[in-house]
Formats: sequence, C-alpha cells, structure tokens
Amino acid sequence: MLSKQIQKRNIVPYVCLAPFIILFLVFYLFPFIFSFVISLTKWRGTDKMQFVGMNNYTFMLTEDSYFWKSVGNTLWLLIFGYLTQHLIALPLAIIINNRLIKGKTLFKTIYFIPYITGSVAISIVWGHFYNENFGIINYFLELMGLDRLNFFEAALVPIKIAIVVAWRNIGWNVALYLAGLQAIPKELYEAVSLEGASTYYTHTRITLPLLLPVIFFAVTMSIIGGLQAFDEPFMLTGGFGFMGGSGNTGFTLAFYVMWLLQRRSNLGGGTAITWMVSLFVMLLAFINSRITRIIDPGTFEHKTVKKTVNKNKVTEVLPL
Amino acid sequence: MKKKLIPTVYRPREDKSFLSVIGKAILFYAILIAFALLFIFPFYYVIVLATRRYNTIFDNPPPFLFGGAFLVNLQTLLRQIPFIQNFTNSVVIAILATGTKIFFCTIAGFVLAKYRFKGRNLILALILFTLTMPKFILIIPLFRVMISLNWINTYFPMFVPNMADGLGIFLMTQIFENSVTAGMIDSARIDGMNEYQIILRLGFPLGAAGLFVLGTISFINSWNDFMYALIMLPNHSAHTLPVALNSLNIMAEGDFGALMMGSMLSMAPLIIVIIIFGKRIISNMLAGSIRGA
Repeated sequence: MLSKQIQKRNIVPYVCLAPFIILFLVFYLFPFIFSFVISLTKWRGTDKMQFVGMNNYTFMLTEDSYFWKSVGNTLWLLIFGYLTQHLIALPLAIIINNRLIKGKTLFKTIYFIPYITGSVAISIVWGHFYNENFGIINYFLELMGLDRLNFFEAALVPIKIAIVVAWRNIGWNVALYLAGLQAIPKELYEAVSLEGASTYYTHTRITLPLLLPVIFFAVTMSIIGGLQAFDEPFMLTGGFGFMGGSGNTGFTLAFYVMWLLQRRSNLGGGTAITWMVSLFVMLLAFINSRITRIIDPGTFEHKTVKKTVNKNKVTEVLPL
Repeated sequence: MKKKLIPTVYRPREDKSFLSVIGKAILFYAILIAFALLFIFPFYYVIVLATRRYNTIFDNPPPFLFGGAFLVNLQTLLRQIPFIQNFTNSVVIAILATGTKIFFCTIAGFVLAKYRFKGRNLILALILFTLTMPKFILIIPLFRVMISLNWINTYFPMFVPNMADGLGIFLMTQIFENSVTAGMIDSARIDGMNEYQIILRLGFPLGAAGLFVLGTISFINSWNDFMYALIMLPNHSAHTLPVALNSLNIMAEGDFGALMMGSMLSMAPLIIVIIIFGKRIISNMLAGSIRGA
C-alpha cells in the first residue's frame, strides 16, 4: 500500500516537468541544432538543402559588404545609443537618491514610462518629430536660428536612432541604479559626512565601488540588447524596403538577418550571422551570470516578494 | 597622523549653510523635472496629434494643443486597418502567454524546488542553458518549424514556445525553495491530498509573489513584442498591435491622424497600468532581469 503510494509519487516530478521537457526539445534544442545545420547549407526554405560547408561564414566575413556595414552600424549604435546613456542614467539616479529629493517614486516611474511602452509606437512618434518640414525638432532648430535638418540623410540616420534608443532605455537604467544605490548602507555616508568629505570624494570612494556589480550588470545587459537591436532601426528607416535608409547607415545585424529571411529567403546566410552574434552574446551572458552572483537579488525586489522569500529561511528536502 | 593618511577628506563644512542647501535642492529638482518633461512630452504630443485632422498636423508652427478630431481619426483608423481585431489579438495573446506561463512555471518550479528525483540536475542545467541562449539564434529555425506546423498567422507561435520558459521556472524554483516547507507538504499529505492537489493548492498561493513578477514581465514582453510577431503573423487580420502600426506606418495612403490614434491606443493600457502599479512593476521587472542573468 505504502510502497505503491511512493511509487506513484515518484512520477509526479516528471509529469510536472513534462511540458518543459517537451517544449525544450521542440522549440529550443531542435531549432538550436537546426539553425547550425541551416547555416552550413544553401537553402531558401522551400527547395532542397544544399550543403556548402562553412561557405556562408566565409562569404559573410570576406565578401559581403552589407555584413561589415551592419557590423559597423551595430557597434556605432551600441556605443552611442546603448552605452553612452549610462553616463546620464547614473548621475540621474544619484540625484534622485539624494535625501533632498521628495517624490523619488514619481520621478522613477515617469522615467520608466518610455521603457515600458512599445518601441514601435514610440518610434512612430519620434519619426514624426524628425520630419524635415513638419517635425517639432526642426521647428525648434529654426526657432534657435539653425538650419532645418533632413534626418533621412546618411549621416543623421544613426544619430536619430541612437537618440530614441537612449531616450527609451535611460529610465530602465535609472531604476536599476537607484535600486543599487538604495541598497548601500546609509551609515557609510553618514560616517564620511561627519568627516566632512566632499561630494566627489563620497561618490568616487563609496558609491562607485559599491555599485560596481550593478554597473557591470546594467552595461552587459545593454551590450546584449544592443547587439540584437532591431525595432528602432527598422521603424525609423522605413522597414525592409529601404534597407536602413540612404547609405544603409541604419542597417543593423538583426535588421540584416531579418531582411535576408524576408526579402532574400537566404536562410543559410541569416543563420550564419545569428550564430556569430549569438556566440558572442552567450559568452557575455555567461560572464555576466558569474559576476552578477555578487548582487543580492533581494535589493531589487518588491517587499511582497522579499517577505515570501525570507519567511522560512530553511531549505528542506522532501523525503521520497 | 590620521590627517596625513587622508588629507583630501578634511574640508571646512562651509557648504552646509541653509542657502546652499536650498540652491542645491533647486538645481536638483530643475534637472529632474527637465528630464521628466523630456520623457513625458512625446506622450503628451501623441495625444495632441491623435486629436487633430491630418491636414493640421502638418502646420507650421506645429500644433501644441488638442484639436477636436478624436472621433474622425478613430473612424479613419478603424477603416484603414482591422484595428479592433488587432487589439483583440494583442490582448488574447498576452493573456494566453501570461496564463500558460504562470501555470507551467509554477508546477515545474514547485517540483524542482521540493522534490529530489533522478535527472533533476540535468533539468537545472538545461534551464541555465536556455537562460544564456539568445532568442535571436532561434528565430529563423522557429519560423521554419511554425511553417511546417501550419501555425503561421495563428496565436500558437506567440505563446506555445515560451509556455514553460527557463527564466520563469528558475524564478519559481527560487521562490518555492523558501516559501514552502516540508512540514506544509507533510500535513497536506496527512489531510489526504494527492501530490497534484498539493502542488496546485500550495503552489499558487505560496508562489503568488513570484507569479506577479513572472506575470508582469510576460505580459509586457508579449504586448510589446515586434520582431517575432512581424514574421509569424503576416496577415493583416492576424497582426498584433505593433505589427499593425508598422503596416499602417508604411502604408502609402495611411492617414497621419489615424496613425497617431493607433499609437496612442496601443500605448495607453501599459501607461495606465504603470501609473497605478508603477513601483511594483518596476521592481518586478528589475528582479526578473537580475535573477535571469
């Protein structure tokens, strides 16, 4: 009787994990392997696969000018759209965290709104701001006595994309840094304040070193996001038809992959690029996960989550 | 001696006077409010444009105040794209994605946290593997898989692959490791519940905090997803909101007021939700991303 019950219990975990296992095999592991197989072939999706070895990779790396163009564009956007914004987000978080400021949550929420609303609608609105004749940005430029700018010019396309990306992501980083700052013990600041330390000294000797893991996490997440940037470049340059605008200056790697898939049915080339990018992303994610272990996730959690997690700090194992 | 070690620390405390504190506060508030306006202005402006006829949108100077063409723009929007259908698609997909994810991640997280069985370590390793793997690498093969399953233009590709995703299970495992004790499970067994009842009856209430985190992230990601929906839902009637807005945007005869109306309506639900639950949603999303890394 009892042994029968225990036998029945033994299959419970497998029943509950079956959905994960099946979905993992069908929608993760198979596509993962399949994508590598595709990258070694010439395939349009409907015809017979033709094995070409590493040709897709060597073609991309040596002959394809679009590939290198999009690598350059992606890196440019990564630096000026995804990374430079941290230089604004961190000081903003430090200011919000200052004890003189009331309404910390209000500011944090307002800054967060652009991040939470979808990139497509945002890009449409910003696209209108950039309009040469009717756009609000050009209106203000004219008011200041400057010339109107045509934001579809090759040199300006990356800049306009970077501005939208930064505008959208600053709030996320502010919230992240703010949570990190609030986890720093107040006593440390009180101690140096009694000694009469300058603001600069306080921040370089206390804030930055203690915030370093959070900064590392935030920057790595930005790099991972930046390498796969698609929405804003796609929306602000008019979609697949324009290939990133004049001079292809808005053509990022993810955009190029999607273009190869949708417009050229070149699955081999597309997957070859995703593999090259993803190996890099996986390496970053791995390093990130090692370093982020230092951060206590508790500091980022809402008090209800914290309560549940800390209620019973004993990890017990069921005897089966 | 002590002074020599850290000479730069010692400063006369002159900047503690009342006036300089006020000045500092004014400066700080000015910076914060300037940025707040920068972040809010586009949302104000999209409402302005959504209430104006397309011919006044292109005025110089540009319009800064509300117009009276709200209903006209709405009608044009409904005529140009199947907007109600698209909105429904977005809502249904977001609810399906969130609901199924909550269910499958809860039961999987519960057994991973509270049972010891053969293959547990393997499953944990697989979960970590899915966490580091970028979704980007899967998009082309998944597109082929969905074509062979005949799932293009249906709701399935939008939620089935992520029903039991690694991040969710990982999160729930961590929650259950601390919120459920062996004693609770034992007493439930004595009460005569079978294992599945235990998992459902204990898992949902005791994992509630984690479920909110998971639900928030899942709903927002699903609502905003663009790249994936763009290739999986090519038909106009199957579009979700972002894809529908994109096709309206590149439509040659697209009406500008209608486009702004569509953008506004697609942003509105999330903005309303974040205004009400702001603090909670932000910390939920931060916690999710930190745990997922």
